[in-house]
Amino acid sequence: MLAGVGGSATIGLAGCLSSDEDAGDDDPEISGETLTLTTTTSTYDTGLLDELNAPFEDRYGVTVDTVFQGTGAALETGRSGDSDVVMVHARSLEDEFMEDGYGVNRRDLMFNDFVVVGTSDDPAGIGGGDDVEEAFVAIAEEGATFVSRGDESGTHTKELELWEAAGVDEFGEWYREAGQGMGEVITQVDQTGDYTLADRGTVLSMQSEIDLEIHVEGPIEGGTELLANPYGIVAVNPGVHDDVEYDLAMAYIGYLTGPEGQEIIEEYTVEDEQLFFPEAISEEPNFQQYVPEDWEPDD
Amino acid sequence: MPLDQATHLALLAEFPFEWNYIRSIVRVSLYVSLVAVTLSTLCSLPVALLIGFKQFRGKALVTSIINTGMGFPSVVVGLVVLFALSNEGPLGSFDLVFTPEAMIISQFVLATPVITGVSLAAVSSVEQNVRDAAYAMGGTRFDVALVTIKEARYGIATALLAGFGRAISEVGSVLIVGGNIAGADGESYTRTLTTAIQLEARQGRFETAMILGAILVVLVLLVNAIVVRLGSDDGGYR
Repeated sequence: MLAGVGGSATIGLAGCLSSDEDAGDDDPEISGETLTLTTTTSTYDTGLLDELNAPFEDRYGVTVDTVFQGTGAALETGRSGDSDVVMVHARSLEDEFMEDGYGVNRRDLMFNDFVVVGTSDDPAGIGGGDDVEEAFVAIAEEGATFVSRGDESGTHTKELELWEAAGVDEFGEWYREAGQGMGEVITQVDQTGDYTLADRGTVLSMQSEIDLEIHVEGPIEGGTELLANPYGIVAVNPGVHDDVEYDLAMAYIGYLTGPEGQEIIEEYTVEDEQLFFPEAISEEPNFQQYVPEDWEPDD
Repeated sequence: MPLDQATHLALLAEFPFEWNYIRSIVRVSLYVSLVAVTLSTLCSLPVALLIGFKQFRGKALVTSIINTGMGFPSVVVGLVVLFALSNEGPLGSFDLVFTPEAMIISQFVLATPVITGVSLAAVSSVEQNVRDAAYAMGGTRFDVALVTIKEARYGIATALLAGFGRAISEVGSVLIVGGNIAGADGESYTRTLTTAIQLEARQGRFETAMILGAILVVLVLLVNAIVVRLGSDDGGYR
């Protein structure tokens, strides 16, 4: 009985909504349409996305609904067709997304890097090193507390790749999964833990509130390429979900990877520090950006 | 004082943005919770009256199921509603995920057992002889229901308030089905007071989070005061 009444309420609401949309369909312009973007918390927490979206909304007369999730959840939302375009930072997961047929037309968008941050007493003695694998081994051997995001985010994915590369496969009590966002994890390390892997942007934007040091630098400050943090953008495949706003998604990708979007990314600073580095425009395009990294054409 | 002027200008430039942001969040919160509670009341009251009046096998079971529903975790409700509304779910064709309407549905699911359960208790406590009297005086079933509602109005008002409190203060389900969306201009689309507080706290903007928290508490207080006031002005039976 309850379910029945609830169902009819649902249909009632949906009825109003879909009639609105029908009215919109008669209108020949894209103006008034809504693009749903799922992305990671780092692009929002740094404030970049608001800067990027406002000019796009003005130019096309559309609304961008941005949902902030971890990379894993953002891709999952795209898989179920509930978002039109996905902006994330975990190449291995993006490749899986494309290989499974859910995403098309991936582009490299921008990058920043990861750093290993920790308390200034540095119990594992990793400070100043530039070999992140060695640093991870030292943390594991010392049993120094390492706080992991533990949330399937891009940062978490990168961290797991680094443990694997370092050959560490036994995790004791020293390894804590927080299951929270970057800000919470950095705060946790600041208060109780020893180390974590963090994106430079969030570390910079929290600098005034924390007492942590960068122990291993990423490529932006001359550190290892292993700590690169590239962001990609992928449209959801209209062949799988025919009701996604594919044309609008491609307009958005075109805008972000074009001169205007790339310039906004280049010029965006927090406390005078550049947080993201555009990499979509190049005279020698990297063809690997369009397909999964290990993709080979069928004969 | 060029420096002073500059700071004043900066404050002025910042304040309206924050104010618009907060105002739009309050509007979304109130819209979603009030609509959800209204729809929920329209469903719950007849159900509560029906169960309260009728004697039937399994009445105790139905009552305990409703009471269990009162404590149902909101994240689970959010998850189930998300699956139902998602593009691949049974209601996917309505395209409701990440809209205020999706949040209304999940709050409806959360508030309905609370309103039903508490009104059921209120209706059940109305004495049988009051109902018998109404019936004996030639009242139709509708009249009897009206009399019962009138007798139980304080309990029913409590039920509505409890349902509203449950709806507006929960964060788990609206975050999942609404997506916590605000536009680039700071205008909330599916960002409610609770999800905004969570977001602001994550970003370390505790002042804004505290302001939003205070607004939430004041809103709930206001709604309570209004309902209590309406109840006491009603006069008559006390």
